[in-house]
Amino acid sequence: MTDPTVAASLAGPGDPGDRRGGSASAVPATTAPAAEPAPSLLKAGRRTGAQQGDRIFRGFATGSGAFMVALIGAIGLFLLIQAVPSLLANKGNFLTGRTFEAGDPNNLNFGILELSFVTVEVSIFALVLAMPVGLGIALFLTQYAPRRVARPFAYLVDLLAAVPSIIFGLWGAFVLAPAILPIAEFLNEHLGWFFLFQEGNVPLARGANVFTAGIVLAVMILPIITAISREVFERTPRAQIEAALALGATKWEVVRTTVLPFGRAGYISASMLGLGRALGETIALMIILAATPAMFSGSLFDGGATFASMIALSFAELNNNLSAGAFIAAGLVLFVLTFVVNAAARLIIARSGAKA
Amino acid sequence: MTTTIDLDAPAREPTFVGVSAGRRMKNAGATALVGLAFLIALVPLIWVVYSVLANGAGAVLNSQWWSQSLNGLLARQQGGGAYHAIIGTLFQGLVCAAIATPIGIMVAVYLVEYGGRSRLARATTFMVDILTGVPSIVAALFIYAVWISIFGLGRSALAVSLALVLLMVPVVVRSSEEMLRIVPDDLREASYALGVPKWKTIVKVVIPTALSGMLTGVVLALARVMGETAPVLILVAYAPYINFNIFEGNMASLPLLMTVERNNPTDAGSYRVWGAAITLILIITLFQLLAAFLSKVTAPKTK
Repeated sequence: MTDPTVAASLAGPGDPGDRRGGSASAVPATTAPAAEPAPSLLKAGRRTGAQQGDRIFRGFATGSGAFMVALIGAIGLFLLIQAVPSLLANKGNFLTGRTFEAGDPNNLNFGILELSFVTVEVSIFALVLAMPVGLGIALFLTQYAPRRVARPFAYLVDLLAAVPSIIFGLWGAFVLAPAILPIAEFLNEHLGWFFLFQEGNVPLARGANVFTAGIVLAVMILPIITAISREVFERTPRAQIEAALALGATKWEVVRTTVLPFGRAGYISASMLGLGRALGETIALMIILAATPAMFSGSLFDGGATFASMIALSFAELNNNLSAGAFIAAGLVLFVLTFVVNAAARLIIARSGAKA
Repeated sequence: MTTTIDLDAPAREPTFVGVSAGRRMKNAGATALVGLAFLIALVPLIWVVYSVLANGAGAVLNSQWWSQSLNGLLARQQGGGAYHAIIGTLFQGLVCAAIATPIGIMVAVYLVEYGGRSRLARATTFMVDILTGVPSIVAALFIYAVWISIFGLGRSALAVSLALVLLMVPVVVRSSEEMLRIVPDDLREASYALGVPKWKTIVKVVIPTALSGMLTGVVLALARVMGETAPVLILVAYAPYINFNIFEGNMASLPLLMTVERNNPTDAGSYRVWGAAITLILIITLFQLLAAFLSKVTAPKTK
C-alpha cells in the first residue's frame, strides 16, 4: 500500500455502509461500467489517483490481450512479406511443383506438392492409429477405471506429452524402427499388392519411412486426444447415465447410448487438435524420415519430408533472404493449414457446448 | 377398458430378466478393449524411458559430463560433457520465461478481470487457442523473418528465447486464467467494499491468492518449451564450447547437441546423444518436481 491516495481512502471514515446503495448506481456512469463496484465507493475528491492506477493497469491488461490477437496477424503478415519475393522469383510452380530447390537464390525452383503428400499421409496414418486408442483410453479413465486410480493413470498418459519430441525422434529412429521391421516386412511381403504397402522409395531395412514416423507421431498426439476427450466425457450428465442404468443397460450400453453421443463433438475436435499437432511436428519426423530424391508413391514405406521436417533440415545452412523466403513460403502454408485445422476444432468444441 | 382378465396369468413379462449372453459378451469385449487401449499407451512411455535410461546412464554417471564441454574434442574422442549445452538450455529457457510470464499473466488478468464477454476478449481467447497449435517451426520462422531478415540481427540465443516465448505464452495464459477464475468473488467484493481500487485488488488480493497455481503453470510451461528443438535449429548455431552471452555468438543446448551428434556414427556420438537425452529428461523432471514443490509451499494458507 504505497499509494497515499488509496491508503488515505482506506483509513478514512468515508465509506459508510448506508451510502453503498445510492452511490453504486450514481457514480459508475461517469467512471466505469456498472459491473465494477470499486470506483463507486471512493470519495469524489480522492478518486483521481486510484482511477489513474486503474486506467494504467487496465490499459496494460487490455493491451496484452490485443497483443495476442495482433501476434497471430503478425505471424501471417511477416511470413507473407518474406515469402512474396521468393515466390515471384520462383521458376517452378509453387503449388504443383514436386521438387524443392531453393539453395541457389538465382535459380529458385520449388513446389510443395511432394511435401503435402508426405505431410498428409503421415498425419492421417498417425490419426488413424491414435484415434481409436485415444478413445479407448479416455473411456477407460472416465468410465471404467476406479476413481482412486483414474487420476494417477491419467497423469501417466499426460507424461507422454512431456517427453520432448526430439527424444521420440531418437527413440523412433534408433529403437522402434529396428523393432517393427519384421511387421513392416510382413506387410510389404503379403499385402504388397495394396498401394499402401507396396515397395517404398527408400530401403525398407532402415525403417526411415512414413510407417515408423506415423507410429511415433501417433504416440505423440495420443495425450492430446485423450486429455480433451476425457474432459468432455467427464461432463456426460449424470442423469442420463443413471437413466440408462435404470433401464438395465450394461456398462457398454451406457457408454454407447449416453457418453459417446454426448462426447462425440468433443472427441472429433480433440482428434482435429491432434491432427494439427501432427501436421506441424518437426524434429521427430526430421530424424526418422530419410530424405530421398525419388518421388512419393503413396506407400507407407516411402521416405521423403514433411513441410516442417524439410524446413528444419535445410534451414540452418541458408544465408540469403531469397532462399530463406522459399522455406518461409512453405512455413506459411503450414501455418495456414494448422490455423484452419485448429480453428475448425475450436469451433466444433465451442458449438457442442463442452469447453475444453 | 372393461375386458375380462385372467387373474392367474402374469399381466406382462417379468420386469427383471437376465442379461442375454450376447449383450454380456459385448460388454466384456468393450471392457477388455478399453483396458487394452490404456495398456497400449503405457508401452511407448515405458519403452522410451527405458531406452533413454539404458543408453544414456553411462554418460550422466560420469562427473565430467556435468562439468565439461565438448570443446576441442574430435567426433570420435570419448570424454567431455554437456555443461555447455545444459547452460544453453537453462539460459534460453529462463530468458524466455522472464519475457513470457508477465505477458501471459497480464493476458490472463485481462481475460478474467476485464474482458468479460467483449469481442476483444473472445478474439483473444480464440487467438491464444490458435497460438497453442502453432507449430514450433512456424514460430521459429516468424522470429527469423522479423529478427534476422528484417532487422538484420544475427542468429543468437536471444532469438531462440523469443521464439520460445511464442510457444510458452499460450500455456501460461491457459493455466493462469484457470487459476484466476477459481479465486472466489467474495475476496474481490470484500476488497472493493473496503474501497480498494480494482487494480490494487487484482495485484494484492487476486494474484496472490492464485499465485501458487500460476507459478506451477509457469514452471510446467517452461519445462515444456525447454525440449523444443525447431527454434534452436533455425535461430542459433551449435557451439561445442561454453558461451554465456545470449546476445551473440553460437550457443549449444541439449536438443541442438542431440541433432548435431546424431550424425556422428562413432561410439562417442551415441554416448553424447543419449547422454544429452537423459539430461534433458532429468532437467524437465526436475522442473516438474519444482512445480509440485512450489505449489505446496506457496499455497494460500487456509484455516
